[in-house]
Amino acid sequence: MNQPRVETQREVSDEVRQTTCYMCACRCGINVHLKSGTVAYIEGNRDHPINKGVLCAKGASGIMQVTAPSRLKAPLRRVGPRGSGAFEEISWEEALSTAVAWMKPLRNTAPEKLAFFTGRDQSQSLTGWWAQNFGTPNYAAHGGFCSVNMAAGGIYTIGGAFWEFGQPDWERTKLFVMFGVAEDHDSNPIKIGIGKLKARGARVISVNPVRTGYSAVADDWIGITPGTDGLLILSLIHCLLEAGKIDLEYLSQWTNAPLLVTEAEGAEKGLFVRNAESQPFVIDRRTGHPAPWDGKGVEPDLGAEWQGNRTVFRHMVEEYLKPDYAPEAVAARCGVTAPRIRALAAELAEVAFEQALSLDQPWTDFRGNEHANMPGRPVSFHAMRGISAHSNGFQTARALHLLQILLGAVETPGGYRLKPPYPKPIEAHPTPHFVSTPGKPLTGPHLGYVRSPDDLCLLPDGQPARIDKGFSWENPFSAHGLMHMVIPNAHAGDPYRIDTLFLYMANMSWNSSMNSARVIEMLTAKDGEDYVIPRIIYSDAYASEMVAYADLILPDTTYLERHDCISLLDRPISEPDAAGDAIRWPVIEPDRDVRCFQSVLLELGARLGLPGMVNEDGSPKFKDYADYMVNHQRRPGVGPLMGFRGDGTAEGRGAPNPDQLQRYIANGAFYQAHVPEEASFYKPWNAAYQDWAVRLGLYESPQPYLFNIWSEPMRRFQLAAEGHGPRQPPDHLRDRLRQAMHPLPIWYAPFGDEDAAFGYPVHALTQRPMDMYHSWGSQNAWLRQIKGRNYLYLPTKIWEAQGFQAGDWARVSSRAGTIVVPVAHMAALNENTVWTWNAIGKRKGAWALSPEAPEATTGFLLNHLISELLPDKGARLSNSDPVTGQAAWFDQRVRVERVAAGDHLRGTAEPGFPELPDPPRAGGGRAQNSSKNFAKSFRKLLGLAEVER
Amino acid sequence: MTALPNATAKKLGLVIDLDTCVGCQACVTACKGWNDAGIGLSDQDPYGADPSGTFLNRVHSYQVAVPDGPAQVVTFPRSCLHCDNAPCVTVCPTGASYKRAEDGIVLVNEDACIGCGLCAWACPYGAREMDADQGVMKKCTLCVDRIYNDNLLEEDREPACVRTCPTNARHFGDLADPESKVSQLVAERGGYDLMPDMGTKPTNKYLPPRQKGPGTADPLTPLLDIKATGIAGWLDRMLGKF
Amino acid sequence: MHPAPSVILFSTLSGLGFGFLAFLGWGVLQPSGWAAFFLWALGYVLAVGGLLASTFHLGNPKNALKAFTQWRTSWLSREAWASVATLVLLAPVALSDIFGLGLLPVVGQVGGMLALLTVFTTAMIYTQIKAVPRWHHWLTPVMFLSFAVAGGATLAGHVWAPILLLVVGAVLWALWRVGDGAFAKAGQTMGTATGLDRLGVPSVLDPAHTAGNYLKREMIFVVGRKHAAKLRKIALALASVAPALVLLLPLGVWGIALAAALHLAGALAARWLFFAEAEHVVGLYYGARR
Repeated sequence: MNQPRVETQREVSDEVRQTTCYMCACRCGINVHLKSGTVAYIEGNRDHPINKGVLCAKGASGIMQVTAPSRLKAPLRRVGPRGSGAFEEISWEEALSTAVAWMKPLRNTAPEKLAFFTGRDQSQSLTGWWAQNFGTPNYAAHGGFCSVNMAAGGIYTIGGAFWEFGQPDWERTKLFVMFGVAEDHDSNPIKIGIGKLKARGARVISVNPVRTGYSAVADDWIGITPGTDGLLILSLIHCLLEAGKIDLEYLSQWTNAPLLVTEAEGAEKGLFVRNAESQPFVIDRRTGHPAPWDGKGVEPDLGAEWQGNRTVFRHMVEEYLKPDYAPEAVAARCGVTAPRIRALAAELAEVAFEQALSLDQPWTDFRGNEHANMPGRPVSFHAMRGISAHSNGFQTARALHLLQILLGAVETPGGYRLKPPYPKPIEAHPTPHFVSTPGKPLTGPHLGYVRSPDDLCLLPDGQPARIDKGFSWENPFSAHGLMHMVIPNAHAGDPYRIDTLFLYMANMSWNSSMNSARVIEMLTAKDGEDYVIPRIIYSDAYASEMVAYADLILPDTTYLERHDCISLLDRPISEPDAAGDAIRWPVIEPDRDVRCFQSVLLELGARLGLPGMVNEDGSPKFKDYADYMVNHQRRPGVGPLMGFRGDGTAEGRGAPNPDQLQRYIANGAFYQAHVPEEASFYKPWNAAYQDWAVRLGLYESPQPYLFNIWSEPMRRFQLAAEGHGPRQPPDHLRDRLRQAMHPLPIWYAPFGDEDAAFGYPVHALTQRPMDMYHSWGSQNAWLRQIKGRNYLYLPTKIWEAQGFQAGDWARVSSRAGTIVVPVAHMAALNENTVWTWNAIGKRKGAWALSPEAPEATTGFLLNHLISELLPDKGARLSNSDPVTGQAAWFDQRVRVERVAAGDHLRGTAEPGFPELPDPPRAGGGRAQNSSKNFAKSFRKLLGLAEVER
Repeated sequence: MTALPNATAKKLGLVIDLDTCVGCQACVTACKGWNDAGIGLSDQDPYGADPSGTFLNRVHSYQVAVPDGPAQVVTFPRSCLHCDNAPCVTVCPTGASYKRAEDGIVLVNEDACIGCGLCAWACPYGAREMDADQGVMKKCTLCVDRIYNDNLLEEDREPACVRTCPTNARHFGDLADPESKVSQLVAERGGYDLMPDMGTKPTNKYLPPRQKGPGTADPLTPLLDIKATGIAGWLDRMLGKF
Repeated sequence: MHPAPSVILFSTLSGLGFGFLAFLGWGVLQPSGWAAFFLWALGYVLAVGGLLASTFHLGNPKNALKAFTQWRTSWLSREAWASVATLVLLAPVALSDIFGLGLLPVVGQVGGMLALLTVFTTAMIYTQIKAVPRWHHWLTPVMFLSFAVAGGATLAGHVWAPILLLVVGAVLWALWRVGDGAFAKAGQTMGTATGLDRLGVPSVLDPAHTAGNYLKREMIFVVGRKHAAKLRKIALALASVAPALVLLLPLGVWGIALAAALHLAGALAARWLFFAEAEHVVGLYYGARR
């Protein structure tokens, strides 16, 4: 048979350039295929540690992002009222000198009047350093809005966290349990991991109110009631303790379970009993006498009682064996039956203890004890936003880490493994710095880990020093700041007003604020002639909703047009077996007058004369961000990039190497430093790992530590709340500090539960689609076809009770507002929960979409229902976790009512906002490619088709 | 050409694991990107009120009411199944639609396509989409321009959707060879055909979701009656063992 | 299926045209001179106009000639051959009628049969589609042929025309009856389409894309039950009963014209329904069964 010839040897491209993806925060390696200098195709880089060749829906659509018509094209200055969208294009010189003219006087008089906050920024080690040198205490990224509970809960407990900072031992784990995990950071690695588990038939369990995505493929699904994960976890702990299914050896060796807790009433109660050298100690089982916690050969007695002081272990057992934690006692509240809880506990115990494994890998611990092998418990966990974004999220995260610890499943084979620079104890992190002095830098970084009330960022009068009230009594452990409170606090003048708000990649007037409508009001509110927030500088690559609310726009490049460094100083791309960092570099040149924000920031720093950014003669120290990436040294020999230092062979430490970026580019835009084999597990206690980490420059001396079942920093805050110590919380916060700062993981009802009594009984959640990242995806011609509409999914109980039909709309209200939205039925959903895809809804006129685009007409946000403040009870408190300030958006309670047909103009979601005018932008983008019509058919019939192609 | 080959030497195709597919849509845009660069897959009104475009692979999401247990959710990628008995081929009036004798891939020769749409009508699976700009029928080529392409590294010679799939839920291989990885997966996991009664004899197979539900571990037995012994008794028992 | 005007016009007009050409070829009218010219022209205009309309349905009509190549397997290709053969074979018959050339009647008789064969091939384009169960039945070609024959007979003023028109009505009725159960009888469900019938009963959670696509536009057309029932009555009345009654009235040529016009309107309505009511199994993936 005579078959047509088919082209099988297509030339894919004339050049492949390897860089790092930025279609979300996952940081995969990509091969960008270029044809005649333009991007032809993007695929995953097979050699890259994060994605190993695979790429998600967003990554493969990057070509539509770098050509999106929404790209800004030149610096802009506001000419009309704020929010009117009236801008004029200005030169970079004008833009930079304007910014300097605004900022310089602030630095010289009151640096705190500049608030610099960044959104989905991956250059926090630069932006933080810049703000530190400017001297304002008001800096953070958007972690407080995102998932700080997971980070802080983990670091305070195990010295590492979920997020992308660790991962299950995918090769060995036999049971993988997820709590509140949907698409998130570590997007492709989790998918790759689940794929590995599925390929070998390992068991996957998901605890999640919504059964989609990872929960959909899970072998078992527990449709828990939102905000009760902590209670379920503590009940599992109860079951395990009751049956004695815990890893005593692990607890006695690697955790603070054998430390003694002061029993005597007073300012020391609940703190560790310390010896003359101020060191906590254990009771040695061999002698019955005190022995150093880090002494060689010591066999700590978990059950010790010494001079009336009992061990952490005993406190813990007493707490969790209480009948309050029995499955039967928590079942109704969690929406999970007692037998299901008991079955899950049994399954955990069975895999951890009956299917235990051991690697034949000798190693030596920090005490000098030698071990012939590495025992492991093949149970692993992952958790993220679902448990994090609640007002009890910090304690819930701690509870989950405690469960891991009790099973002996952290840093052991088959369990959960941390990635360098983690594990890293609190003690190895800085404390927060905040004291601002005109014309001077801060004495250290803004963000850190508070050990006691002494570390809080408070002014002499006891008021919060930071505009977001970070590290104050309201949220002492706010390790990522509270970006969601910056605008509300600045607007309220609580704790004070600011002059200039400087934002990067943060869509505050839309989906990056808790209550978008209120924030829009605040941004445009006036005090006399001037705006309450007088100046707003914003940098973004795209015409987002926030652009219209800024006074000066510094247009950023797209991710393929820029340098970036994904640094060990910040959030690297490490794997459990290797530290890793990466770069972005301009694989294409911008075709418009835009600049990499980080280069702009360095130039602003130079013009402002900030320390570290100018030479002695006052000239700029760095030409641009690329120059900084190579030549900046945070500590001698330690810079943003660890690879190819010195003569090109030095790793971690070494002099700057002018060829460093070329070497990275040649290496696929990343570098890996491999963890020695004997250091792969038990890292916090493994001498070989500690030595390797010091060699690499992760820290200056070995930092072995014990996992914190009992948190002394938390107890110190409880003591303060009980009236001990010189620094005292305001009275209205005493009760909640006493509750939230319990040194053992506990559960309390999320603050939002109060709303049920006001007639808002239903939980309302959002989830990210795997194919969309926040707002960015909607401007993408391919991705928006996949998800250009969202619905509120209603569980069967609500659907049937109110007689909902396909195509219906519902009025959804909360204590903060009302929205009218399209609904759909979902059976695989907790019966008291509704949810929707996050950030599909767009403001009319934004992102270069047609005002009639479905994203702008039927698309909606839940944000309009969420308040950034708790209901007023005499104090202005943020709607956040009381420990960390994590925005508690999953606490949200609502009421859902069917909108009778004819009662509402179906087709338009409410509330509607006025259309934003189109700012000057690049245009172009995916060709319209008009569809077929008669005239065209005729032209083709006449053979004219080729002309129009 | 619209006569189907009597038999094909190979049956290249995909095996899609519904137990593993999380519905991330990665395969959808990898396919779109690769084929847009190759044969062109247009979009209409890309930033407008009614966007629409040609995609050769789409991922649906279903909820399934099951007899025991809560409803399940299954994400379901849908693309050409490269049927043995492909009705889309025989209906084609021009010979543009054909099934390759050497490997069983069903293709469209765009140079011969008149865009009548009949092949799309004939396909029960919605595997073919007329490109509104080019006026010719588009379909999954099983990346015939990748799998034999000497310009690509050996390990990259697989369909773009398979290469990109983060969970490895998509497998590519020769289903005529019982020893191939894909054939063995089908045998082990009970791979099945879509709408077998339509008589199309699809090459692509789907692996069903595995049985779901609570675990089967023996219930935990309390160490002792804590109410009776108190915590002290528990500690004795527990730490005595230790 | 999307009731595209081009396809409805194509199949209706060409069906009527070929039906009429068949009657002309068989020599039922035996016209001559200008009358023959106009009658044959009417037949050719309907048939060719219909075929031209069908090209509007093509995305890439410049390749149209290639449609003649696959007659061994493709009904569309066979239709191309049959229509051209008919038109070519009947051309001398037309000329013979117009100019009184006295061509052998057998040529016209064969041409007439070919005209009906053309209609049959058209019908088979739809009938062969297993994925549209409503079409996949022997009554589909019967329906197409009955329209062609009745339409042709009406235009030809044949004495049997009223009866044939009533037969059209009966066939339509039968096709609807059978067709209404065809999808269920084909046994395809969302469960078989996805294979998820192994687990339980599936329903759509999210569509594959929220945006529109060719499949949804082309294969998924939802017509309301009430609307369809009303249209069926109209189609039945216009295509069958009304023209049959009109033909019984002593209205002469005007009666034929009126009957033909009514019949054509009814045929268009019936053909619209033929597409609009036809459900493609691909709709199962989208939960789009009525």
